[in-house]
This record gives sequence, structure tokens and C-alpha cells, in this order.
Amino acid sequence: MADFVQQLVNGLTLGSIYGLIAIGYTLVFGIIGMVNFAHGDVFMVSCFIALLLFLFVNAVLGAGAIILSLLIVMVISMGLTGLWGWTIERLAYRPLRGSFRLAPLISAIGISIFLPNLIQVTQGARPKPTPPMVGDVIVLFADGHYEATVSYKQLIIMAVTAGLLAVFWYVVQKTPLGRAQRACEQDRRMAALLGINVDRTISLTFVMGAALAAVAGTLYLLYYGVVSFSDGFVPGIKAFTAAVLGGIGSLPGAVVGGLIIGLVETMWSSYFSIEYKDVAAFGILIIVLIFMPTGLLGRPEVEKV
Amino acid sequence: MSPAPLLSIRGVKAFYGRIMALKGVDLEVNEGEIVTLIGANGAGKSTLMMTIFGNPRAQDGAIVYGGRDISRLPTHEIARLSIAQSPEGRRIFPRMTVRENLQMGAAVLGGAHYEEDLERVCGLFPRLRERLDQRGGTLSGGEQQMLAIARALMSRPRLLLLDEPSLGLAPLIVKQIFSVIRELNQKEGMTVLLVEQNAFHALRLADRGYIMVNGEITMTGSGADLLRSSEVQAAYLEGGRH
Repeated sequence: MADFVQQLVNGLTLGSIYGLIAIGYTLVFGIIGMVNFAHGDVFMVSCFIALLLFLFVNAVLGAGAIILSLLIVMVISMGLTGLWGWTIERLAYRPLRGSFRLAPLISAIGISIFLPNLIQVTQGARPKPTPPMVGDVIVLFADGHYEATVSYKQLIIMAVTAGLLAVFWYVVQKTPLGRAQRACEQDRRMAALLGINVDRTISLTFVMGAALAAVAGTLYLLYYGVVSFSDGFVPGIKAFTAAVLGGIGSLPGAVVGGLIIGLVETMWSSYFSIEYKDVAAFGILIIVLIFMPTGLLGRPEVEKV
Repeated sequence: MSPAPLLSIRGVKAFYGRIMALKGVDLEVNEGEIVTLIGANGAGKSTLMMTIFGNPRAQDGAIVYGGRDISRLPTHEIARLSIAQSPEGRRIFPRMTVRENLQMGAAVLGGAHYEEDLERVCGLFPRLRERLDQRGGTLSGGEQQMLAIARALMSRPRLLLLDEPSLGLAPLIVKQIFSVIRELNQKEGMTVLLVEQNAFHALRLADRGYIMVNGEITMTGSGADLLRSSEVQAAYLEGGRH
């Protein structure tokens, strides 16, 4: 029992990180119908940005002010990674808009090759560790000599994910920017007729996605304490899977999908074999898509016109 | 000397790919007028409406609005010059509520006078008030048309472009929509450029009209004159009063 609770906690933590990355896929797909395959690598870049910032801020503030340091790192990293997202869209995707459909996809794959190589060249090929950050745990309950615990790290990760989901949900549903985004998603030409700057709205969507990836990056670093240049690919693909599983285009769907993928992966590793955890995660995707092609919370394609 | 027209289109050509959809169109709309553009399917009426908004772009000639050539401006900047369009096919945002559709219409004003304008368009189209929290895609055709016009009105336009507001609607609703257009023009002095296939209603409503055939203006005159013209009667009023 304690083991199960432990895996549940671990799975939800991992799933939160996947969910945050998945929102970036789902926002961009929603607005321009393109899978931004470079998004996982943007996440990896954000891990390095967070790592460098953390080493710097930690040196200035000292190890005592860890929460404050993390907060500063996260906010600056959101800004810098957002700038990366903006630049990538501007240079690699916008010039191809109106071109044939596969063009931006190929361009995205190009970016996802470029970014890890850039980091490998500038930061080295070896994994980079951080100094230990938040180590304390809370014991939930003990079962014999096995204790189920939740660490402060895990609590921070889940709380930040829940909080940011609420904030971004509010932005998309209730603010003029969010309405403009949804209008561009539904009818770009009409949005322009109503005075919406479509290019700017798309850019801001990339910035939002990248900023959330930066939060995921900071949390990933906090959780694992180490990052390497190749760490964008697998979490990126998992998060993409999560977005599709939840129903691509749906914000809550991305988070639900992320949590499911995280849980399946953790539970499988614990009760079956760790080697096949990815097979389990992707297997769930296949099964769901066979029976629910639009994902768990996706909308059906048919619209009354 | 008469004052300069609010909208003046001079020798405008536009292309879809290699097909020339507008072959040098001249058209003027004066402040306070209702001008109608009549023509068959595919004559280029809707293309002209979209060309005014820069999509497709005018390849030749000039589009002067309020004394300024707007033919090189991006679409969203043209929309900020108090011109609004209820486009062909209505283009309601289907997964937004009626209220959100109207908020989108008010986007260029940045929320100023929003409540007041919402009241006003709901007064013009009471059906919309009952449906404010319903999704746009669930409305009937007539309601969608009302919403498209109301959405255009939310930006407080000086010039309102209406593309076939009567298409596919029951006669009673057409009558209602046309009476709203007349009311807007007479009570508020709104200038209207109306594209129609329903020539009889449109010419009766309009001060002046233009007839478009194959991307060119072939006739122009006052609404009453065009209604009496035998050519117009033969081509557009055949079979009596639609």
C-alpha cells in the first residue's frame, strides 16, 4: 500500500512536468495547426538557462534563500525561454506560413536538431549537475518498514503546475489576448477583419508555450538535479503524446494527458519492468486513439456550419 | 464643389492566383449614403469587399478611405480605421459564445463603450440578447447573420460593408435585417456599402447602385433608376420581385 501511494506521488510529479510541456504543444497546434517538434528541445534549452541562472543566483543569495532563488530563476527563465520561442517562430516558422503544410514541420525538425547541437557545443556533452536544492520530505504514512513520502520538491512541482494551469486557463478564456488566440484558431481571416494582428497573436502563443516549458525546465532541474543536451527529446515526445492523449488543442486535456502518461510510466516501472515503461506510455496512447480518435477531452471535428 | 467621397476605389485590379477577379473597378461611396453593389455569383463582389480590407491585395489602382490610400495597409490596420465588414458566409466564430463574438467585434476599441454598444446591438436584434451565452455555431442562419452584422457594429464603424446579408434567409428575416440597415443609415447617418444578389430589395433601399459583371462595373445610377432600367430588370429582377 505504501508502495502504491509512493508511486502515485511520483507519477503525479512526473506527470505535472509532462503536462506543462504538453500545454506548449497544444496551444501552438490549436492556433496554427502545426506540431512544433522543436518544443521538447526548447524545454531542454530552458533547463540549461535555469541551471546557469541558478548557479549565479545561488552564489549571490546563498543556499539559505532557496525558494526565493528558485522563484527568481523561474521568472527570468520564463522570459529568456519565451524570447527563444519568439525567435524560433519568427525565423523558422513565420516565413513558411502560407507555404505547403509540411514545410514548417520540416523546419521544426531542423530546429530540434540545431538546439541540442548548440547546447552540446556550448555547454559540453556531459550531464550538468546542480547543487542539491530542496531535500526535505514529509512522511505520509509508514507500512512496516516502508515509508510513503512526499518531498517538498514534489509538492512545489504539483502546486506550481496547478497554479499555472489556472492562470493560463484564465488568460485563454477570459482576457482579450485569449479571445484573440481562440479567434485566430477558429478563423484567422475573420480575426484580421476585426483588427486582430494575427502574426503578433501567433508569436505570443509561442512565447506562452515556451514560458511554460521554462517552468517545466526549472521544475525538472529541481526534481532530477541534472540535465544533459539530449534531455529534450524523450520528455518532448512524451509531452506530445500527453497532448494528443488529452485531445490536442485542449488546455486541461494536456494536463490530464500529462498526468496519465506520468502515472502509467511510474506504475509500470514499479510493478512490471522499467525497460518497457515507454512502451506502456505509448501503448496507452494507441489504445485511447483507437477508441477516442480526438483524445480524452478533444472536441469532435464536425461543426454545424 | 462636393466633399470628397468617404471611400473611393479607382481602377482596382485583384487576382486569385493567375485569375484576374477585379479588372479595374471604380466605385465611390459618399458619407451618409447606402450604396449597393449588384451582380451574379462570381462577378467579383465579395472579392471587392475583401480587397478593400487588403486580402487579396489591390494590384493596381488606389483605395482611398477618408482621404488616405489604404491599399497597402495590412488587414488588421484597415480594420482599425472604423471600417467594419460583415463578410460573405458570415464567418461567426463557431466555438465562441455570442457574447464573445460581440467582444471580438469590439476588440479595436479596446473595451471602450462595450456595455453601451452591447445594449445597442441587442436592441437592434433582440434575438441575440436571448442567445448571449450560446455558442455561435449553434445559432440558426438568420441569427448568425444578425450576429455578423451586430459584431461589425460593435466597432462603431463610419463605413459598414455588408456582404449578402439576405443570403439563404427567410423573407421575414430579410425584411427585418433590411429595416435595421435603413434605421442605422437614417438615424445614425451610418454609411453602408451593401453587396446583394437580391437586387430588388437592395436597389429599393439604396441611394445609388453599381452593377458588376465579370469583375467590371457595367452600370451605375440611383437605386430608382437602376430598378427601372430594362437591362437590370432582365438580368437581375427576372421572374418578378424576389
